[in-house]
Amino acid sequence: MSNGNGALHTISVLVEDKPGVLTRVAGLFSARGFNIDSLAVGPTEASGLSRMTIVVNVESKTLEQVTKQLNKLINVIKILEHEAGSAVERELMLVKVRASGDDRARVMEIAEVFRVNVVDVTHATLTLEATGKPEKLEALLSLLADFGIVELSRTGRIALGRGERGIRERALRAAND
Amino acid sequence: MTISGAQAVLKALEQEGVEVVFGIPGGASMPIYDPLVDGSSIRHILCRHEQGAGHAAEGYAWATGKVGVCMATSGPGGTNLVTPIADAKMDSVPIVAITGQVPTPVVGNDAFQEADITGITMPITKHNFLVKDPALISETVHEAFHIASTGRPGPVLIDLPKDVLLAQTEWSWPDRIDLPGYRPTTKGNQRQIVEAVKLILAAERPVLYVGGGVIKANASEELLRLATIGRLPVVTTLMARGAFPDSNDLCLGMPGMHGNYTAVTSLQKADLLIALGTRFDDRVTGKLSAFAPNAKVIHADVDPAEIGKNRRVDVPIVGDCKDVIAKLASELEKRQAEGGSPDRSAWLGQLAEWQRRYPYRYDQQPDGPLKPQFCVERLRDHADEDTIVVAGVGQHQMYASQYWRFERPRHWINSGGLGTMGFAVPAAMGAKVGQPGKRVVAIDGDGCFQMTAQELATSNTEEIAFVTAILNNGYLGMVRQWQELFFDERYSGVYLNPDVPDYVKLAEAYGAVGLRADSPDDVDAVIEKAYSVEDRSVVIDFRVDPREMVFPMIAAGTSNDDVILGPEQAAPTADPTEAPIV
Repeated sequence: MSNGNGALHTISVLVEDKPGVLTRVAGLFSARGFNIDSLAVGPTEASGLSRMTIVVNVESKTLEQVTKQLNKLINVIKILEHEAGSAVERELMLVKVRASGDDRARVMEIAEVFRVNVVDVTHATLTLEATGKPEKLEALLSLLADFGIVELSRTGRIALGRGERGIRERALRAAND
Repeated sequence: MTISGAQAVLKALEQEGVEVVFGIPGGASMPIYDPLVDGSSIRHILCRHEQGAGHAAEGYAWATGKVGVCMATSGPGGTNLVTPIADAKMDSVPIVAITGQVPTPVVGNDAFQEADITGITMPITKHNFLVKDPALISETVHEAFHIASTGRPGPVLIDLPKDVLLAQTEWSWPDRIDLPGYRPTTKGNQRQIVEAVKLILAAERPVLYVGGGVIKANASEELLRLATIGRLPVVTTLMARGAFPDSNDLCLGMPGMHGNYTAVTSLQKADLLIALGTRFDDRVTGKLSAFAPNAKVIHADVDPAEIGKNRRVDVPIVGDCKDVIAKLASELEKRQAEGGSPDRSAWLGQLAEWQRRYPYRYDQQPDGPLKPQFCVERLRDHADEDTIVVAGVGQHQMYASQYWRFERPRHWINSGGLGTMGFAVPAAMGAKVGQPGKRVVAIDGDGCFQMTAQELATSNTEEIAFVTAILNNGYLGMVRQWQELFFDERYSGVYLNPDVPDYVKLAEAYGAVGLRADSPDDVDAVIEKAYSVEDRSVVIDFRVDPREMVFPMIAAGTSNDDVILGPEQAAPTADPTEAPIV
């Protein structure tokens, strides 16, 4: 997790789906002292390509180094920095909350307001599945903290550029040249 | 045609034009050695340590511009290659390292001689491969050579499990390279070239700050043309010695921590740096915030990540130096034909004055202790211009860079970025293999020499003859120098003993000729003798003054304005005759 003093930047990285590519990307961040806030990776619409969404906590000058160094990795095909507001950004979170007695109804009430699903129930806890913008999840977590969070699992942010913005077309064109 | 994976490796190397492989076999890599018995155009040179094989591949690559190849088995074979691979990464040397690996079914099982060499070398290679299918061997080798030799060159490792080497496969050679994520920009953008030339024409105190990228790009001719057209003075960094002839009156020599006063100060006082294939390394810039404080910067490099990494840039140009410098020269020539050439006489006059006042200097008394600088000068004066000089890291390396006269590219080979002790002997061997018609002289330190001296056995078995001149001061000299200057002369862990080993006897034990010079009077005769030996390697034990230090010096982390001159040199003082410099 981050201990940087810059700002959060979200970048999408299109990579060849080859063994070791995640290690190469993660290793580059640690070797060069860049702070990763979150990293999410999965397949894309094109076979053989994976997409990583990386949230980095760096100053903008350092961000330029991050993207330039990432670009040097042979398996990295394309990088897109998402400027604020230019992308749809979402995260999925599972959170297990202490919820017995009166608390149970109050937690369910919060879940309803936030439109999140209750996916597991025990006598002592409720597990919520929440999706949304990072700010929404933070707001939800701060409310749930009053009841006691037992366990928390987050996917890290994923992002897609709005409208015409994206890396797919350009990258595929590059790949097919 | 059905062949084994191992045969495919050899065939692919032959396809790439490989002439020589430096290596040591072992359990996992043995299949590659077997088809060598049946004959191959590739010469295998059996080294005595994998580190030696790696540095030899580097020396070969430095001297020829071709990709050097080294080979090792799994586990310790591979880990012994780690230092040369890291060295090649830092100095952008194109090498391909081939390692055997334990059979795929036991990978990850802690099998005998297993090490995760692709994992280990990930941060120190330009790229690496673990090949799990023999059908992929030829394309992997092809890609490895392409990656190693193009863009910013560097080391590539191919790890080959033994079962993949033994399996049969259908041979085919790829007709194209499929690397969608690897497209280095080699052509400089013309608009940026135009902007750069505007700055050059407007500058009063420009300096061409030339790095190793100019040598990698084989751009020395273009550089000479650019400098001549623009009357632009040139500094050549440690990595670029020989990129521009030292004898040219525009050449200021080496800048940096142990650079000469004029080269260092030219950058400090410049109003424009034209940085070509260089990376503003801390050994050149000193304290970065105080480096060339009044200069605008044009920075051309094939690696976009170097541009703006350390120093803010006014005109960035991504591209291969050969292309970029040729374009700069043409554009400058055109603009000067239209609008006239700037008058550089004041600036060049100032530089010449500094050169006259602050040359490199040392004091060799006829009956005093032998000075290392004197040995380097005599080695130089007895050698022809086509001699290749190789050094490791430390005082000897700095003396060699300072006192040799480099007239041609690829005639100076050393460990710059990583600063690897033990580089010189094996790298000299590799250079000699690549350039058998040229004399190769390794200028080494006694500390460095002992790290890889075993390759003398390789050289005399394989009949690769070169000269190693040990500047033997009985110390880890550069560390000693820092302890003297910055640790209050508290010498700790630096005394080596100049008499142990006896370098003459050691040389003889390795089948080399051993010679010794204790005093200045011995030096010429010993060098003449050494240079007259053609059929064997020679080791010269120069017993030099352990108190001698490398000057000028800029202490680490301080400003390049604070050049420490040697005791033989007058301190630079304000001189009313100097042109006023902002």
